[in-house]
Amino acid sequence: MQGISAAALQLLRTQMLRFAELQLRDRDTAEDMVQEAIEAALRNAASFSGQSSLKTWVFAILRNRIIDHLRQAVRTVNLSSLVNEENEDWEDRLEGLFKESGHWRQGAAPTAWPRPEEAMQTRQFWAVFETCLSLLPPATGRVFMMREFLGFESQEICEQLAISTSNCHVILHRARLKLRGCMDTGWGRPEGAPC
Amino acid sequence: MLKCVEAIGLCSQELDRPLALGERTSLRLHLMMCTGCTNYRLQLGTLRQAMQAYAQGDAVPGDEGPAEPPRS
Repeated sequence: MQGISAAALQLLRTQMLRFAELQLRDRDTAEDMVQEAIEAALRNAASFSGQSSLKTWVFAILRNRIIDHLRQAVRTVNLSSLVNEENEDWEDRLEGLFKESGHWRQGAAPTAWPRPEEAMQTRQFWAVFETCLSLLPPATGRVFMMREFLGFESQEICEQLAISTSNCHVILHRARLKLRGCMDTGWGRPEGAPC
Repeated sequence: MLKCVEAIGLCSQELDRPLALGERTSLRLHLMMCTGCTNYRLQLGTLRQAMQAYAQGDAVPGDEGPAEPPRS
């Protein structure tokens, strides 16, 4: 044992739960995954090398649990109709950003974000980030987080969710555009700048 | 010449699949002349970095969250 205690793991629980819940959009399943990850960590404490932080190690276990769960669970779900419904406002959104010529509207062109690396050391950045992620439409958010949190290849996401590759890329694109817009409004724009 | 609305689509896709040579070239040309899309692309990079950090538990926990346990 390298000094892993149940108490130390319990301290990480809230943060793990928030992560799992964002990905799964289901409190009960998220609770189960976190519980299983904590138990697995305790069972396998001997294999914790101490090279990484305890948190990094436990989060890796949690991510793997969620990946296994998603591989088993979602195969039967067809998300494509759901995702299309979620994106009904897509054309309007694009129209708000781009002129008919396909170029950025005045004031809509992205301006540089101030020092993102430094911001990532602050609570405020992550509070906005969590809020923005939770505001993604559920199916879109799920696909996006499978890709970015869990590192699924888009190929596998398409196969699992029975959607075409191009549809998958479109979903990811829309998710990024929304998340970027939300982060821009909530954090990235210096105060008073036009939206 | 790529339009901005197309360019940001490629900026997203390059994170998910290797772009074809023609796509890469036209995107690069576009970015050389377009600050808005260049910023957009940089910001997608920041978002990816943030997503990965968050999934590794590297986010700074909120007030209601527990404090980080002391490292030994």
